[in-house]
Amino acid sequence: MLTARRLGKRYGEKRALRRVDLELPRGGFLVVTGANGSGKTTLLRICVGLAQPTEGTIERAAERGRIGYLGHEPLVYRELTALENLELYGRLYRVAERRERIGMLLERFGLWEARHERVASYSRGMTQRLALSRVLLHEPELLVLDEPFNALDEAGAELLDAQLAELRGESTFVLATHDPARVVALASGRLALAS
Amino acid sequence: MNYVRDVGALTRKDLLLELRARDTLPAMLLFVAAVFVVFHFALPGEPSKLETTGLLWVAILFTALLGLGRAFVPEREQRTLDGLVLAPCDRSAIWLAKSLATLAFLAAAEVVALPLYALFFHHVGGATVAAVLLADLGICAVGTFLGAMAVATRARDLILPLLFLPLAIPIVVGAVGASVVHSPGRYLGFLALYDLLFAVVCWASFEFVVSE
Repeated sequence: MLTARRLGKRYGEKRALRRVDLELPRGGFLVVTGANGSGKTTLLRICVGLAQPTEGTIERAAERGRIGYLGHEPLVYRELTALENLELYGRLYRVAERRERIGMLLERFGLWEARHERVASYSRGMTQRLALSRVLLHEPELLVLDEPFNALDEAGAELLDAQLAELRGESTFVLATHDPARVVALASGRLALAS
Repeated sequence: MNYVRDVGALTRKDLLLELRARDTLPAMLLFVAAVFVVFHFALPGEPSKLETTGLLWVAILFTALLGLGRAFVPEREQRTLDGLVLAPCDRSAIWLAKSLATLAFLAAAEVVALPLYALFFHHVGGATVAAVLLADLGICAVGTFLGAMAVATRARDLILPLLFLPLAIPIVVGAVGASVVHSPGRYLGFLALYDLLFAVVCWASFEFVVSE
């Protein structure tokens, strides 16, 4: 699903990522670890195509519309409601039976009651749950998640654990975390980035 | 058909955001009204039609700049451009939707601006209205494109007017010409040609503006 050879990224003089090789088969689950500034986010942005490497090559088998990306920001509009945000992304991603899928995800992530409230009124945890709903909305083949457990309370984290376990094998995962123990049972490989 | 649906969904989103946040349109309305009031008291005696037509277009251009400067603010503040760029839709749909939303705000501001201009200065003729409509298309097409470029830079508030105003000079030439001559056809044709040319260029190259 993902093959990278001697991948590197520079922003001017600053080196953000140094010589990464990886081979991730379809259905694989790669856990990326490393200290702050080691290049995890840069690597993940390259994996989804939001950034281009300055060195090396990357090949991905998934098309743009079959990738789900959760970055540091939830990528939702604060002045729209949860329902309006998911409706927008559902349309853009051509999700079949959009309403049912949105309803199911909002129920699953405990946001159904708050679906008509603006995201600006949500707590950080609720916003992260909405971001996860957005990522899973179009049933992506490749899921790239940057610190997905951030801001989630224990119940939210358990929900995400269950979701990851359910999708394990169906989708391919690249997950960056500071807490690899949480996903060690699911992982098929681990990439530790040096500072 | 999907393209039209994508543009529709994105335009609806931009209009909804403005309806909720009310960041752009009230500022544009207040600005254009204030400009005409200031011009009214600042101009001595009875200014000629040529002079006031120039002022009308200065007011419209700077009012548009206010709207264009805010066009990509939600995407910048909430980093949602990444989400839109990753969607499988044609990326030019983002530009077209933003242009249409900005066009709606500018048109709303002009619904106030033109009667105010008529009240303070001169009658607004059909040729001026036609020039406003054609100029709006060019202003929004080019301005939205440059707004997307500027939003990625640190000096975005400075970059947008620096890039936009030189490119808007042909619009001012065509619009003022159409407003003051007896046979405005040539100037209106020039504005239509500008709109077509720049709309095609912006549509075709927006992809490169939003991808690294």
